[in-house]
Amino acid sequence: MISALDRKLLRDLWHMRGQALAIAAVMAAGVGLFVSQFATQQSLALTQSEYYAQHRFAEAFAHCKRAPRSLLERVSAIDGVAAAEARVVANVTLDVPGLLEPAVGRLVSRPRTGSPLLNDVYLRKGRLLEAADRDGVLASEGFVLAHGMEPGDRITAVINGRRRELTIIGVVLSPEYIYSIRDGEFIPDDKRFGVFWMSEDELAAAFDMQGAFNELSLDLEPGASGPEVLAALDRLLEPFGGVGAFERKDQVSHWYLSNELAQLRNVGIAMPLVFLGVAAFLLNVVLTRQISVQREQIAALKAFGYSNLGVGWHYMKLVLVIVALGTALGAAAGAWLGTEMVVLYTEFYRFPFLRFTLDPVIVLQAAAITGGASMLGSLGAVRAAVSLPPAEAMRPPSPGRYRPMLFERLGLQRLFSQPMRMILRQFERRPAKTFLSVLGIAMGVAVFVVGFFFLDTIDYVIDVQFNRMQREDMTLTFNQPRSLSALHEVKSMPGVLHAEAFRAVPATLRFEHRSRRLAIMGVSNDSSLNRVLDARLARIVIPEQGLALSRKLGEVLGVSVGQRLQVEIKEGARPTREILVSALVDDFLGMSAYMEIGALNELMREGQTISGVFLTCDPAGQKVLYERLKATPGVAAVNVKQAALKGFTETLAKSLWITTIINIIFATVIAFGVVYNNARISLSERSRELASLRVLGLTRGEISFILLGELAIVTLAAIPLGCLLGYGLAWALIEHMLDLELMRFPLIVAPRTYGWAAVVVLGAATVSALVVRRRLDHLDLVEVLKTRE
Amino acid sequence: MTPPTSTAVFVARGITKVYRMGEVEVHALRGVDLELFEGEFVVLLGPSGSGKSTLLNILGGLDIPSAGSVIFRDHNLTQATERELTSYRRDHVGFVFQFYNLIPSLTARENVALVTEIAQNPMKPEEALRLVKLGERMDHFPSQLSGGEQQRVAIARAVAKQPDVLLCDEPTGALDISTGKLVLEAIESVNRELGTTTAVITHNSAIAAMADRVISLHDGRIAGVQHNTTKLHPRDLNW
Repeated sequence: MISALDRKLLRDLWHMRGQALAIAAVMAAGVGLFVSQFATQQSLALTQSEYYAQHRFAEAFAHCKRAPRSLLERVSAIDGVAAAEARVVANVTLDVPGLLEPAVGRLVSRPRTGSPLLNDVYLRKGRLLEAADRDGVLASEGFVLAHGMEPGDRITAVINGRRRELTIIGVVLSPEYIYSIRDGEFIPDDKRFGVFWMSEDELAAAFDMQGAFNELSLDLEPGASGPEVLAALDRLLEPFGGVGAFERKDQVSHWYLSNELAQLRNVGIAMPLVFLGVAAFLLNVVLTRQISVQREQIAALKAFGYSNLGVGWHYMKLVLVIVALGTALGAAAGAWLGTEMVVLYTEFYRFPFLRFTLDPVIVLQAAAITGGASMLGSLGAVRAAVSLPPAEAMRPPSPGRYRPMLFERLGLQRLFSQPMRMILRQFERRPAKTFLSVLGIAMGVAVFVVGFFFLDTIDYVIDVQFNRMQREDMTLTFNQPRSLSALHEVKSMPGVLHAEAFRAVPATLRFEHRSRRLAIMGVSNDSSLNRVLDARLARIVIPEQGLALSRKLGEVLGVSVGQRLQVEIKEGARPTREILVSALVDDFLGMSAYMEIGALNELMREGQTISGVFLTCDPAGQKVLYERLKATPGVAAVNVKQAALKGFTETLAKSLWITTIINIIFATVIAFGVVYNNARISLSERSRELASLRVLGLTRGEISFILLGELAIVTLAAIPLGCLLGYGLAWALIEHMLDLELMRFPLIVAPRTYGWAAVVVLGAATVSALVVRRRLDHLDLVEVLKTRE
Repeated sequence: MTPPTSTAVFVARGITKVYRMGEVEVHALRGVDLELFEGEFVVLLGPSGSGKSTLLNILGGLDIPSAGSVIFRDHNLTQATERELTSYRRDHVGFVFQFYNLIPSLTARENVALVTEIAQNPMKPEEALRLVKLGERMDHFPSQLSGGEQQRVAIARAVAKQPDVLLCDEPTGALDISTGKLVLEAIESVNRELGTTTAVITHNSAIAAMADRVISLHDGRIAGVQHNTTKLHPRDLNW
């Protein structure tokens, strides 16, 4: 049997259903984001660890130039190593039917039969390799799907200068390539990069690596010290061109995935807090109003002997019903959004299975946070209800104290009409309430700005990265360092307009106890194709001596300009030097270390040696050039900028648009929630006063002006404040959450973003004004005047 | 008619009440001594501002005096805590307000149930409503009832808990004469049939004729006490 007080609760709720729904919607937005982000994060993390365990993803890796297989025994003997496996890994140029430009294939060796100790593949289609297969490969699923291939299809690889037909026997996935990118890129491009597993004997023969390996994977004993094992490994591989061992956390695919998971967690916390804050604020406003309207009812309840706790709990229940509604809506929205996000993730991250699971604990957490925030938000209002002495509550509240305002004291009142004066006095009498109204709407604007500005930032990053910094059409990477004559060869190829050389040298940079492995880029200050720019897009001149580092790399290493880094080169004569850090560069993508190419050659104690070439080409001659490059044995990889840009915009932009659309929907919900609530509250607070004015002979238009004029002024004041708040929130997001090793984003908020935010809020205000106007037109004059407030 | 016994339900001594309203200090009561006896029907008569509402609020445990003492049976209301006042109201007092103070979102029956649900020995809401002759309109919302009907719902709500005292603040203040009489009849029958000590405050001296005793208040002081030897039935009142 439902108690009479609870019936009152339900009918009150029904009476204020518009406002309650608006608040629940704002909550649902917060809960939805929270649930979807955390559920996606959890689903991905669970899938990841299950996948890693089932397919024995290695815990440490090391690359070298060429080491004898016999070394494997000594590797296994290192203290802390549980399992070790040697492989041959090589990048080759692919000629794919239907693809104009050459693609890059990574060939990875595996035992002809049986499974490897570590890093096993998951067979999606076809079969694994068998003893009788010749030139058979297992191909990565992303590549196969991108080209619409099937087991049995063939691709042509240029292996060690010879074209070789490979047959796809099976389609597979690997824990090593969940996020599958080629060197120097950030976004997977499955059309132009594929991984192929080939039987060890065939692959070793093709690269003259019989009895040798160039890659090691390790599993460590539980409790083994990673750094110690890596150091021992480095010492063993040193004579064989080792380029530095690393743990799983630095493995490319794993690193990207962990970054993503961390970011999901960050966003999952930050954005919902904004929404829940707004919802709590709205609840406070609505409940305060509800309680002031019901002060006589509260007094009566107390006169009958309802306790403070009883009355307080009654209003808290009102809040909790809204919270329950918001949480339920939000959980449903979050579950839906989560499944969509997971689908989106499968475009970037390839898992053999990826199920969206919604842990009820996450929903409970969301409910607890929402409930907590809301209770906190409504505490003040409920306390006011509870502490209202019943005898006082019986009396109508004493009339608000109005007084001549500043402008009147200044003698400016003639500038304002009577209704305008009413509006202004309302503001001046209740500055706190006015400020809170402005703040609430400003939050709506701010959330919109935060949701939208990312598109501006990405546009800017794309423009700077692909138009201003990388001005080449393509980058050729040689399979080993070449003399400068290679540049002239490239220049003489058909269609090449301009070409510039670069040198890339694998190295470990060390400062105190911190270190990073990367390739030092040797570039020329005369380069017109690949330019290093600072934050203001001014060209940075790479000093004749010393290194220019990405600012983020400087932070990671804890080094600043003027200090010296220890640089251990992992190629050629493998010199180790102390080198001055002479500049920090504000760049956006990855972490780079630049040197002047001549200085790098000198450091390497080599003549004019180059690792690759940037070039521009004549669009008309492109096809011939591609054909030529596909057949050039010394070229290990061809990165076509346009293709990378296309991949970047197609995949990243798609995911960004989806998040942005979601943000826009949520921001619109907030804007409507706040503006609508504000208008309804003003209406209910002032309907008596306005009805009295109607009785005195004012027209509907005139009383509407008083109320809607107030709404308009509050909304207009909120827009600039909201833009400012939005800029601040965007700054905080950029500074604290999107400052990643992978990518940094400059804070760019384009005028269009502010414009759209204003349009949406004004739209919300217009719709709310129409609703209120309709109600003003139907104000029951007799009824309003008959009853006491 | 139950004759009033000599047992005092309330004993008030020297109560004063000063409160601030905005920037003004209001002396609502300036030293009032008073007793209310078991089963008695008392009218507190006075013009507006005489302090009668304040007195009723204090007797009802809605307010506490600035000075003086009020004893209800063995309860000292002047020294009671907020919690004690709440349970005093819950267990002993029935209130009827000038503006009814019905919960607009609840039906007549539910408004009464609101009180019976927390009372120790209530009658059924339906029974209480029949007592005020509203048995037919139990499922109507306040907005569907006339002023007199609303006030009778309020009376039913006040008596449904079978209180020891029934306190009515200008129960006919918002009503026309014929509806007012109906309401007074309801109060009278509660006093007569249930023997509930009843105090009605009003500025309408005509109502005084139906009381056992009339206490006149003026400017926060008791200006006179009058015992009616014969009480008029509400239908014989005229104003």
